[in-house]
Amino acid sequence: MIAAPLILLALLGGWELYARLGGVDEFILPAPTQIATALVDDRGLLWDNLTVTAGEVLLGILVALVAGLLLASALHLWRPLRRAVYPLLVASQTIPIVIVAPLLVVWLGYDIGPKLAIVALICFFPIAVSALDGLAGVDPDLIKLMRTLDAGRWQTFRRVEAPAALPAAFSGAKIAATIAVIGAVLAEQAGSSEGLGHLMLQAIPQLETARAYAAVVLLAALAIALFGLLALLERRAVPWARRARTEAR
Amino acid sequence: MQTNLEAPAKEPRTVGEGDAIRLADVRRTYRGARGPVEALAGVSLRVRAGEVVGVVGPSGCGKSTLLELVCRLQAPDGGELAAEPAVYMPQRDLLLPWCSAVDNAALALRNRGVARAEARRRAGALFGELGLAGFERAMPHELSGGMRQRVAFARTLLADKPVLALDEPFASLDVITRQELQTWLATTLAALPRTVLLVTHDVEEALLLADRVVVMSPRPGQVVAELEVDLERPRVRTEPALVALRARALEAL
Repeated sequence: MIAAPLILLALLGGWELYARLGGVDEFILPAPTQIATALVDDRGLLWDNLTVTAGEVLLGILVALVAGLLLASALHLWRPLRRAVYPLLVASQTIPIVIVAPLLVVWLGYDIGPKLAIVALICFFPIAVSALDGLAGVDPDLIKLMRTLDAGRWQTFRRVEAPAALPAAFSGAKIAATIAVIGAVLAEQAGSSEGLGHLMLQAIPQLETARAYAAVVLLAALAIALFGLLALLERRAVPWARRARTEAR
Repeated sequence: MQTNLEAPAKEPRTVGEGDAIRLADVRRTYRGARGPVEALAGVSLRVRAGEVVGVVGPSGCGKSTLLELVCRLQAPDGGELAAEPAVYMPQRDLLLPWCSAVDNAALALRNRGVARAEARRRAGALFGELGLAGFERAMPHELSGGMRQRVAFARTLLADKPVLALDEPFASLDVITRQELQTWLATTLAALPRTVLLVTHDVEEALLLADRVVVMSPRPGQVVAELEVDLERPRVRTEPALVALRARALEAL
């Protein structure tokens, strides 16, 4: 765990030396210290746009969570639906969101609508598929046991399958958190008047390259914070999963 | 003793003639990857109400299939099967890690729509009887293997079924805990008599607990011997009559 910050420091140091001594123009590649300066100098502007992007990301993940978990439950409880919808679900992932984003802006307009749609579309798949795998992976002996304990389909789902699938659902949500930020920036760049994606698009032609990099730093921080938040929630919500992992070691 | 445990048979008795389970020439074949696998090849067995029957046999003799048929978790391919409602207790305790011991034990009550508080009260009343007093609110990971198995047995009893189908209930425990729990189960069954079908690969366990021991052959499973265990309880592992019966059972295997 000590190695990771050291490697990061070495990389940043190398970058700093290259940018300062390599004769690279600040507009082409700013040094890390210049990016840090931009973070401080432009903090008001960056903060305003960060709150916009963070809102899109959070709401988008929320939509994806609700839709993904509902669909996973429906597909799990009803086999014919699963056979019909699952191949479509996989096929939908071959559609490149980058290309669809501008089309969604044309359709849904300039406000938060298309951003939510794109973030949710990107996050929906890992959440739904992980939850579905979790539901399908429940110990079959446990299902048999529940049947002899007078459980109906719904009771088995509620008391056994849903809690057992929680760790898998959290894994899906953590994957979604890391890509949700990409989705939000993509959506903003396809058409928006605010947000960090929009800010980057403006900063680059203005030769405010350090500001654009500062936006990237904030986006990464946002993704890490989301991931950490979900990991924290997971520890609170499913303490038994962590125990099972440490016991298996 | 709890009155709700004295009279477990709420569902209609279907077997009749004082029997709890009756199998006549029951067959079961699975579709395997390399063609059909015959698990049971004509098993006939009668278990009287209140009787404890041990089923012993080598691995893969269809013992677990027999239990699942009795619990109606699968259907036979041939023959006749009649059994009173049975509850299944698997080899692993399969306690839900997100529920406390008492909530795990009360699972069947909750499934039948009993309110949480009432289900906890009824399950908790049984805990003292089973040597689990004080562990009501413990989570499964805080319990030893033997205690977990006791909670699993409490869950089985609280299903309120006339027949208990126990599938190698102590196989995953260490030898000392297993012997302790065998004695414990013998005492518990003396206090709370039930019809029990106990599947095990441990001949001694069957002889300690059962009124009658049925020996099954390797796959395809068939009954090859039946031994009456007409011994006083509590039984001792080392008593000559039990040792002699053990020799006879092992010979049949």
